[in-house]
Amino acid sequence: MKRDGDMMLSTPKIKSSGIIVEYDGKRALHGIDLDIYPNEVTALIGPSGCGKSTFLRCINRMNDVIDNCKVSGRLMIDDTDVYDPEIDVVELRARVGMVFQKPNPFPKSIYDNVAYGPRIHGLTENKDDMDRIVKKSLKRAGLWDEVSERLDDKALGLSGGQQQRLCIARAIAVNPDILLMDEPCSALDPIATSIIEELINELRERFTIVIVTHSMQQAARVSQKTGYFHLGNIIEYGETNDIFTRPQNEQTEAYISGRIG
Amino acid sequence: MVEKKHIVTAFDEDLTTLNDMMARMGALAETQLFASTEALIARNPSDLDDIIKRDKELDDLEAVLNEKVIEIIALRAPRAVDLRRVIVALKVASTLERIGDLAKNIAKRNKVILDTTLKTQTLPSIRTMTSMVLKMLNQALDAYIDVDALTALNVMEADIEVDKLNTVVFQSLIEEMSYDPGQLKIGPHLLFVAKNIERIGDHITAIAEQIYFLHHGEMPDQDRPKADRSSSIALS
Repeated sequence: MKRDGDMMLSTPKIKSSGIIVEYDGKRALHGIDLDIYPNEVTALIGPSGCGKSTFLRCINRMNDVIDNCKVSGRLMIDDTDVYDPEIDVVELRARVGMVFQKPNPFPKSIYDNVAYGPRIHGLTENKDDMDRIVKKSLKRAGLWDEVSERLDDKALGLSGGQQQRLCIARAIAVNPDILLMDEPCSALDPIATSIIEELINELRERFTIVIVTHSMQQAARVSQKTGYFHLGNIIEYGETNDIFTRPQNEQTEAYISGRIG
Repeated sequence: MVEKKHIVTAFDEDLTTLNDMMARMGALAETQLFASTEALIARNPSDLDDIIKRDKELDDLEAVLNEKVIEIIALRAPRAVDLRRVIVALKVASTLERIGDLAKNIAKRNKVILDTTLKTQTLPSIRTMTSMVLKMLNQALDAYIDVDALTALNVMEADIEVDKLNTVVFQSLIEEMSYDPGQLKIGPHLLFVAKNIERIGDHITAIAEQIYFLHHGEMPDQDRPKADRSSSIALS
């Protein structure tokens, strides 16, 4: 069930129409229709295996790397058909950054982690420009003050929360429009989680953010829209405030109030 | 509204405890209200002293219920209908405590009234008003436990008749006092007794509105007609 209301007032950044995903012929998503709006955080919630991460990975075609995975339907980012055979997937993934559950910095220096994307995408050859990109990205990720004096240190020497913010800096260094986050705080302690959540709120001014989370409190805290997935369908999608106070669908109600797992 | 059980059974136990506390508060408020009017009819001042003393029990129950609500919010982070249930519990408990205060005030006034010779013809009407609000309270408490919005709407409707009867009692008491100045000793107290019962009706209506909110997630939007005209009645 969807509530359109004021959603109709702005143009969606991401428009999913009838997206079906099959693994070895078995359906994981049954035709997802979902409009995701710019400069908002959209949280996808639902029990394990409901399809929320599968849907997230459709947005930047991460499912392409899985054997026997077939995606059909239409997924638009602005005017770009993501599943157009002509599309350059590397370019798409620069436009749609992703942050994963476990911080996964490269075994390189802090500087090189952030510079990696701009280098391979050829954003600049100039050292000064690269320094600026690295600094800007680390600042936006809220990490600059903690690492500015040790940019050549190994990234793996950072704490878990710092590593995750470094991964966010790495993702935004190539100037994406969209940030996908797949349970970005599940490996972090509550303090590091709060810092990331505050960062997500700041980042939404520049990016469209889609976050998959198992923590309903986190979805409630960081998002403006929430979609509830169950058994490969989107059951309810609407303003986060409505979903958590008066959901319209009984299944959503049961899930968010802890009545089904 | 039939709700499935929570995965965390302790959460269900907490909500059951909350309902039990509310049932105790409701039963006590009913008893206090019933006894305060019956003692007047039966001319039994000693019962009135018991009512005045017992009000503290209602205050104490409300304090315990408030603590339970805070504990549930802190430990269970209730959402959706669960969140509404605990917030509504807080408000309904506060309203029941106020109903208790009004019953105590009725008891105090009835003590003064019983010290004099009663000549008023309004006692049957006051008794009827009490019966009406008691029925409303009983229905509202059942509707709270069952989250029955339809019964809640009926309770709101019933308050109109209480308002009407209060207007009649007010008019009668004003007339009795104008014909017999001796009635001025107790007439004002009787006016307040009737007004307190009418106010209790309003409080029960507020409880019914909360039950509607508990069920639907929004307040009833109807403009409820007011039938208490006593505030615009003057001696002719």
